[in-house]
Parts: sequence; C-alpha cells; structure tokens
Amino acid sequence: MNALSLEAQSMALFRRKRLFAFAVPAAILAYFAYIFVAFDIAGLAQRASIDNARALVADTYSYKTHVTRDNRSGEVTVAIEGERKGRYAAGTGPDWVELGDQTVIDLGGGHVVTFGPQVTYDIPGYGIIVTEPGSGGVNAVLPDGDLPEWINASKNRLTVTTDAGRLTVTRNRSEVFRYAIGWELFFFTLDSPYHGMGIGELMTRAFGGEAGAIWQDFWTNTMWRHGDVAWAIVETILMAFLGTFGAALVALPLAFLAARNFTPLGSLRFAVRRVFDFLRGVDGLIWTIVLSRAFGPGPLTGSLAILLTDTGSFGKMFSEALENVDGKQIEGVASTGAKPLQRYRFGVIPQITPVLLSQVLYFLESNTRSATIIGAITGGGIGLLLTQAIITQKDWEEVTYYIVLIVIMVMLMDTFSGWLRTKLIKGDEGGH
Amino acid sequence: MGDVSAGRVMDRAQTDYMAQVRAKRVMNLILVVIFIALMIAGFQTADSRNAGGFWNGLPNVFDFPGDVVGEAIERAHLLPGYLWEYLPSLIETINIAAASTLIGAIIGLVISLMVTRGLAPVPLLVGPLRRCLDILRAVPEIVIALVLIFLLGGGPVPAMIAIALHTIGALGKLFSEVNENASLKPVEGLESVGANWTQRMWFGVIPQVAPNYLSYALLRFEINIRASAILGFVGAGGIGYDLRNTMSWGQGKFDEAAAIFLLLFAAIVVVDQISSYFRDRLTHGATNVELHR
Repeated sequence: MNALSLEAQSMALFRRKRLFAFAVPAAILAYFAYIFVAFDIAGLAQRASIDNARALVADTYSYKTHVTRDNRSGEVTVAIEGERKGRYAAGTGPDWVELGDQTVIDLGGGHVVTFGPQVTYDIPGYGIIVTEPGSGGVNAVLPDGDLPEWINASKNRLTVTTDAGRLTVTRNRSEVFRYAIGWELFFFTLDSPYHGMGIGELMTRAFGGEAGAIWQDFWTNTMWRHGDVAWAIVETILMAFLGTFGAALVALPLAFLAARNFTPLGSLRFAVRRVFDFLRGVDGLIWTIVLSRAFGPGPLTGSLAILLTDTGSFGKMFSEALENVDGKQIEGVASTGAKPLQRYRFGVIPQITPVLLSQVLYFLESNTRSATIIGAITGGGIGLLLTQAIITQKDWEEVTYYIVLIVIMVMLMDTFSGWLRTKLIKGDEGGH
Repeated sequence: MGDVSAGRVMDRAQTDYMAQVRAKRVMNLILVVIFIALMIAGFQTADSRNAGGFWNGLPNVFDFPGDVVGEAIERAHLLPGYLWEYLPSLIETINIAAASTLIGAIIGLVISLMVTRGLAPVPLLVGPLRRCLDILRAVPEIVIALVLIFLLGGGPVPAMIAIALHTIGALGKLFSEVNENASLKPVEGLESVGANWTQRMWFGVIPQVAPNYLSYALLRFEINIRASAILGFVGAGGIGYDLRNTMSWGQGKFDEAAAIFLLLFAAIVVVDQISSYFRDRLTHGATNVELHR
C-alpha cells in the first residue's frame, strides 16, 4: 500500500467523520424544531394552569379546614377539607374556632373572622370588613380606599384571599378556609376515640389491651382508607406475579417448539414464532381492552393481559437461549442412556435456568410498573386508586401518598428480585 | 488394609453425596410446591376480586374481537379511508416516543457519565444522582402524565415529558453500566494533554460506547412507542386517545377501532423489526471488535 493512497483514504475518512459530527446534531436539532411546532409547545403557556399548579403543590403538604355557616338557619359546621367524613360533631371544633351565638374564628397572625347575623373579617394593616348577608345581597362594607386585588366584591358575592385563609360570603353561605401543614386525619378520623392522641398514650393503650381497636380504627380510616390501599398494592403485585410467572410457564414448553435445535420441523417452528410475534406486537394495551370486555375490570384481567404479552417476549427470549445451549452436555446425558425427557431435564434445563430466571425476574420488576399502568386502564390495584384520586382534582394529598407508595413498592420489588436473582443463580452454580 | 479404608471412604463419600442430592431435591420440591400453591392462591384471589369471574368470562373472550372483526369486514371498503384518517394520530404517537427517547437519551447520557465511578466530575454527586435515577425509573409514566395533564392540559406534551423522565432513569442506568466497561486509557491520554471533562468524555468515552448506547436507545424506542399509545388512552393525545373514543362511543365505531388496532399493531411490529435489525448489526459489530482485540 503506498503512502499517497493511505493519506487520501484517511483524509476521506476524516471528511466523512467531520460531516457526520456536524450532520447528527443538526438532524437532532431539526427534529426538535419540528416537534416544537407539531406539539405546539409555544402555545403551552396559555394552556398551562398556574392555579392548578398552586392548588396541587399546596395540597400535597397542607390541608384546609372549612368553617361554614348556613346564613338562613345560622347553623355552623366545621369540616376538614369540607368532606362529610372529616366533619366535626355538632357543637365541637378545633381550638381556634369559638362556637356560640357569635362564632369567632381565629385564623392566626391577628386575622379574626366572626360569623353571626353579621360576618366580619378583621385584617391587620387593612381594617375590618363587615357584611350582612341577606335577601338583598351580601351588603359588604369595606374600609375606605382602593379595592386591593385580593378582595373580590360584588353585590351577591365577596371573596377575600389572604395568607391566613380565605373567606367567601354569598347570600346563603359564609365560608372560611384555614390552611395548616400536614396530612390531617392520616391515622384516625374525628369519630375515632384515638384521634389527637400522642404516640406515647397510644402505646400505653395498645399494651393495655386496646391494640386491636386502635388497629381497627387506623385500618378502616374512611379518609385515607389504609386497608383498601394495602389491598390495592397487593392486587398490583399479584398482577405482576401471576402475569410474569404464568407467562414463563406457558412460554417454556412453546419455546422448545420455536428453537431450531429442538424442532427440526421448519413450518411448526415458523408458526410458533409468528404466534410469539403476534402476542408481543398486539401490546398490553390492546390485550387489556379485549380481556376487560370478557372478564370485567379487576386484577385477573390485568394478570392475563401481562401473561399474554409476556408469553410472546419470553417465548422469543427462551427460544434464543435454547438455541445457544451447549450440545455436549446433552450428548453426555444421552450417552448414559437417558430418555428424551431426562435429556431435557438434566442436559438442557440446568444450562438455561440461570439465564431464564434472571430474565423472568427482570420482567417481574418492570411488570410491577406495568401492573400499575394496566390497573389504571382496567380498573384494579393502586393504579385505579391513583386515577380516581387524580380525576377528583382535589385530593392531591392522597395522590402524593399513592405516588410515594408506588415508588416504594417498585423499589422494594426491584430489591427483592435483585436479591432473589443473585441468590437463585449463585445457588444454581454451586449445584453444578 | 489401605484398600479397605479407601473403599470405606468412598462409601461414605457416596452416601454423603446421595444424602446431599436428596436434601437438594427435597428443597427443590418444597420450593416448587410453595410456588404452585402461590400461583393457585394468587389466581383464586385475583379471580374473586375481579368483576367478572374467569370461568364465566372465558366463553366470551372472542366476543369483542369477533364484533370488531365482524364490523371491519362488513365495512371493509371504508377501511383504507380510516387508515388514512388515523395516520396523523399514529405519527403523533410515534413522535411522542421518538422525541422522548431522544431527550431521555441525551440527558441520560450526561447523567450516566456523572454517575460512573472513575468518570464522574464530582464524585460526591454519584450517590445522590443514582438515587435520583432510581426514583425516575420507579415512577410509572402514567403517574407523571396524569399530573401533567392536570397542569398543562391534554395533548402530546405531558406524555412526552412523562416518558422522557422515565427514559432518563432507565437509560441513565444502562448507559452507566456500559461506561463501567469502557477503557480509561483514552481518558487518561486526553487528560495528559490538558483536555477538560467535556472533551475527555466526548473524545475518550463516547466513541467507545456509542454502539451500545444506540442499541439500548433503540430498544427503549420500541418500549416507548407502546408507552405512548397507553398514555394516549388516558388522555395524552395520539392514537391511544382515538382508540378510546372509538371504543367508548361504541355502537358502530368498531370498524374504526379495527383500523386503529391495525395501525398500532403494524407500527409496533415495523419498529420492532427495524430496531432489532439495527441492534443486531450494532452488537454484532461490537462483538467483532471484541474478537479482534
């Protein structure tokens, strides 16, 4: 090879590389520009809802207590998140609400709201707002001066939003929200005798023979539904478990039919492989839809959808693993006079078990996530609870709770399957 | 005398061995029994908690596919029109997958270099960044997508962000495993001539690992197409959204659903084939290089 042609060659190579180094980023940029237009990312700012974001973030770490007065009957109710389940018994309330003919609500920081025939809100640094809701409207009397933007007043409605809380007065109803940090009623609801007790007192009572009752009140908490949530998680893991291992059990014998070295019959091999391709290609989404029409929503539908999809994936992977087995070991077993079934059992299975098991366990991990998603579509497990909570668009603290649980669940399954993988595969190698 | 004791040792070794084999078999049998019991119990639990039972539903499995296929055949002349009508949705679904795979791969690449021991610019960040990747991988896409749909409104962007975040977690981990096998010699060489971190990575590491990266990214693209179809089903645009509409309005729209099924199936199979062809070539090339070394 002469030096000139070598130089020309290497120069050409460099030119190509340079062109490539320029073309790839340019192509990626061009594609992003296309996506920017196609997905209308410029218009995103209008569609995005800042209020929603604020409500979501505030709700994840705080809760609000509603104090509501029916302006016609004069009845005052106090309820956490305004829900029936979180309502204080009549005539009781948290210590910042003084019930009586005149209800005095201390919002903290000097903000005081009083409910009576007149509804007043004393705002430090601004003045007192007095309203007299009745058939003629809310009749709000505001301090002199310009109307600040956090007050929204009209004939029939007054809304005051401050850092301490929010007051809404209409002809029929006066309502105050007070925000507080935390997830209220997480352990016990208001009707439970254990609500508001410290951990020390709870422990004393638990050892005093009330452990069952305490657990019962916690488990059946109507606000957070711990029992249902635990069941939902079990259902999700069950879907992943049944789907993955069921698929492995179905795929293993079929994989022998799709492996070249075990099935000499070409047409049969071809047919089985196409079945695998079909199962994989029709995706879990379509299987879920089809199966839920027959079996209705629930964990069984989810398991079967995972089972069908993964039978395709496992069949393909197992048959590839089978085509790579070492023939010598099978010959060795055959030379001892083993029958075909024994040849498979002692010549093939020990070779492929570690590969297969590790693949199955990897799938178990990722199927825990898939089961959450399938649950959201087919109506089972934690996925269903999550979508329900998101659809109501107000229980973001529950959404946060579920997300945390899902992350913990997936991570635990990862750890568990990783542990099992090292344990089983090492144990198998020891046995050889 | 020596023969006798040797024979005794052999005997003992054999009985010990047989005892061990028996013990192992018993253990295996117990494991298998536990596994079967778990499967059966699990199946029964799932069955009892399902709205419709397994044995009641089994005869109806083919009813829905039958209806869909029946209507599709009845109105077969409309099918090409429907395929054309829903093609833009399919392209949107594929675009969601492609854009999120690209974004995820680019960010995942940078993070993977930051969490590989020996390559990390800030060794202190390795642990926390790895935990971040774990969390990104653990959160299912649907969770992020649903929250983002609430914030940003429906459409492809929430799905794209959700899938991209998950892809960062998944590819970041896989890429960092690839990085661990990269030779550090080019990096050291570049360092000795005064290259900064970006240059060391770009010229020293990336050329070594690019084929493996590409292969993983292609595999992820396959997975992301399926994910983007599913997210469409919960309201994030694309062909999944159309599928839900044609199915839930039901009554006479099954022919359109059939067209969507066909499109989706074809897209998944075609992308699978293309990607597995390229992955095969990429990894094949890589093994050849390894053989030459």
